[in-house]
Amino acid sequence: MDRLMRRALVTGLLGGIAGIHVSLVGMVDTFQRRDTIADLVTLGSMLPILILLVVGWRAASPIKSAALSPTAGRSLLLGAMAGAVGGLILAALAILVVAVDLGWVLINATPGLAEVLQFEQGAAIGSLLLIGGGALLGSAGASLHVLPSAIARSLAVAFVISVGTALMEPFLGPVLRNLSLDVVEETFFAGGGLTLFGFVVVFGLTAAAVYAWATRGDTARERVAAMPADRRRTAKLIWFGVLFLLLLALPQLVGQRLSEVVGTVGLYVLLGLGLNIVVGFAGLLDLGYVAFYAVGAYTTAVLTSPVSPAFSPELPFWGALPFVIIAAAMIGLMVGAPVLRLRGDYLAIVTLGFGEIARVIFLSAWAQPIVGGAQGILSVPPPLPFDRDPQSIYYPILFFCILAAVAATSLGASRVGRAWNAMREDESVAEATGVNTIRYKLLAFGLGAAFGCIAGALFAAKIGVIYPQSFDILVSINALALIILGGMGNIAGVVVGAIVLVGLPELLREFSEYRLLIYGAVLVAMMLLRPEGLLPSRQRSAELHSHESDEEQYAETTGEDTGRPVVST
Amino acid sequence: MNADAPRADDGTGATAQPASSEPLLHADKVTMRFGGLVANKDVDFSIPRGSIVSLIGPNGAGKTTFFNQLTGMLTPTSGDIVFDGASLVGRAPHEIVEMGIGRTFQNIRLFGAMTVLANVMVGRHTRMKASWWASLLKLPAVRAEENDTRERARQLLKMVGLRRRYEDDWAKNLPYGDQRRLELARALASEPKLLLLDEPTAGMNPGETAQMTALIKRLRDELDLTVLLIEHDMKVVMGISERITVLDYGEKLAEGAPEEIRANPAVIEAYLGKQATGA
Repeated sequence: MDRLMRRALVTGLLGGIAGIHVSLVGMVDTFQRRDTIADLVTLGSMLPILILLVVGWRAASPIKSAALSPTAGRSLLLGAMAGAVGGLILAALAILVVAVDLGWVLINATPGLAEVLQFEQGAAIGSLLLIGGGALLGSAGASLHVLPSAIARSLAVAFVISVGTALMEPFLGPVLRNLSLDVVEETFFAGGGLTLFGFVVVFGLTAAAVYAWATRGDTARERVAAMPADRRRTAKLIWFGVLFLLLLALPQLVGQRLSEVVGTVGLYVLLGLGLNIVVGFAGLLDLGYVAFYAVGAYTTAVLTSPVSPAFSPELPFWGALPFVIIAAAMIGLMVGAPVLRLRGDYLAIVTLGFGEIARVIFLSAWAQPIVGGAQGILSVPPPLPFDRDPQSIYYPILFFCILAAVAATSLGASRVGRAWNAMREDESVAEATGVNTIRYKLLAFGLGAAFGCIAGALFAAKIGVIYPQSFDILVSINALALIILGGMGNIAGVVVGAIVLVGLPELLREFSEYRLLIYGAVLVAMMLLRPEGLLPSRQRSAELHSHESDEEQYAETTGEDTGRPVVST
Repeated sequence: MNADAPRADDGTGATAQPASSEPLLHADKVTMRFGGLVANKDVDFSIPRGSIVSLIGPNGAGKTTFFNQLTGMLTPTSGDIVFDGASLVGRAPHEIVEMGIGRTFQNIRLFGAMTVLANVMVGRHTRMKASWWASLLKLPAVRAEENDTRERARQLLKMVGLRRRYEDDWAKNLPYGDQRRLELARALASEPKLLLLDEPTAGMNPGETAQMTALIKRLRDELDLTVLLIEHDMKVVMGISERITVLDYGEKLAEGAPEEIRANPAVIEAYLGKQATGA
């Protein structure tokens, strides 16, 4: 048996094990409650389908280290084989679950699970369906290697976006209804997912769009580049104007309940933008970013709440904000100064400590007279003239998000941004090139702290009550994960990352017990498949992919040889 | 044996001029100790304005240590280094760049995931004024300075012979020889009075080496630079330098014009061993 065949079998086996895992932890059964395609594919059966697709794709990918790439027919065969193996294992699981009562150890190993896995067709037909369907899905996954790359790419992206759209039903449905587009809503969405018609339309449209971009995108880009500067400016302004109006109308579009979610996403966008300055621009890995968030929230609460334990000046939110920013700058310097000489891993560990210290201090008996210990601080007023209603509090959040985005953009493309980037690339060379690295580190920490504290202040005003428990390490991890997932160093990436990591879980609340499991799987998959994030800045892509074939890529992109220029002497 | 005669001749010809003005850089009894190890001992060293001077010596002779003291990476244990009328000792590397010393590295160290143009623009950092809040607000002065910097960076790229279409490529994607040129452009962007080059032709073939040597000479003439080289390649050193200083075991072994150094028995011994002098 050759290497490719062996790998296909192993991949199928691993896929089967993954399938067993998600089945036995109860995901398949729980996800049964929602449809992806109404009356056809439930979210529950989507899980094995996804696994088998990935298995097929993986089994047919070329082995780079051995320069082995299977022929087209062979690819499909390998994919089908791996898929069938995966299907076989799941079929075996279904039969086993029915035959042996495992319910007393594995509470999710119920006959109901078997029914889902066997598509409610009974053991015999169900098993055949699983194996055959596995082979089919496996070869579908494998076909991504066979098809021309532009087509494969558009199919894959369209599939992901269609499934994503189905998942977003709880968000998109109300939006359409609020726009009085009930007809559209009814034709496209049903049962918590897309209708078959809706799925086909979304899939078709995105596939066509991605294909057009892949094949003609360059011409479009060239045309944009060829446009006179003032017209390009106008186009950009119009685009931003439309986006801005959309953002303004968003709370009205999505309604009360979802505005809450949008607000939370906004807070994380703000956190992400601030942390991005520290990690993405300046390359200082900060794992204790939650400290700033907590300081911002507590400063606001102490200064504004009428029931603040020690003293309550009862400032309005906007009156407290300057103090929040001063506190931010101070805490930024406090964290920054001791870690100036640290790099990389050491910096990460120390900042991790700072994050925990902040939480523990706010919880401690020592600080209780001022910040209320475990009881926290109640009755934090909303920022007037907005009230606590989620549709209203959204606007100050939006305002600060835009402010942070504008600040990050202009700083990123300036002398300051270049100095940060240089520091991230090579700190000692940056210093030897004239950058005062100590100063720029402190600046990055200070500005990052300011955004983090403002996010904290808005958080306090948004929920009105703060406890130390709100500021655990997960906030830091979330903020870091969302900029990595979205694409480090890129503002649109931060927004997308926040939507995926913070927004989507809120829309899938009924499955919240699996949240961390999915979260981990998504992060691992992202790091393996697309380490630069969903919407990378050009810089990050270069960093993570160029080492694969520096000179060839160079020759490709410039369309010429790598010959050295001639110097006139 | 006839060492005395040419010396008198050369002395009036080559050293009279620098002697009239004070040297751009003067190191006075510089000593650097690492624990018990003495890396540099009482090194006296001068670089006349406008000259190309080389620092040579066998491996481990203390060249790089000396170099690092000039750039502020190390602080001498004792002694003083005066550059353009002010002492360098105790200053941070970025302050020394601001005073007018630019450098390149032996093993090329570019900002890999930044564009070629951005690399050169970072080099101009100390000559720019934009503060963070002015950059944040994109004040008109900041924009003007940014445009000016971009133009100057382009001129420098042209000057070192990098083609314009490279400017948006990643520095790490450039071929080796071009990376050396880019590093040179980045160092020049800080408008140095003194340019320190750490083995600028390391890893180059003879053709590239000749080009680089010519480039260094041309840059010196066009930009009014003073150049200090550390170099292993004797051909390069002899071809380009007006003065050579030889270090051995951390101490200055010899100093003089290339012909003198070539003929100096102590230098030959240090480089080739004792038998070579006998032969």
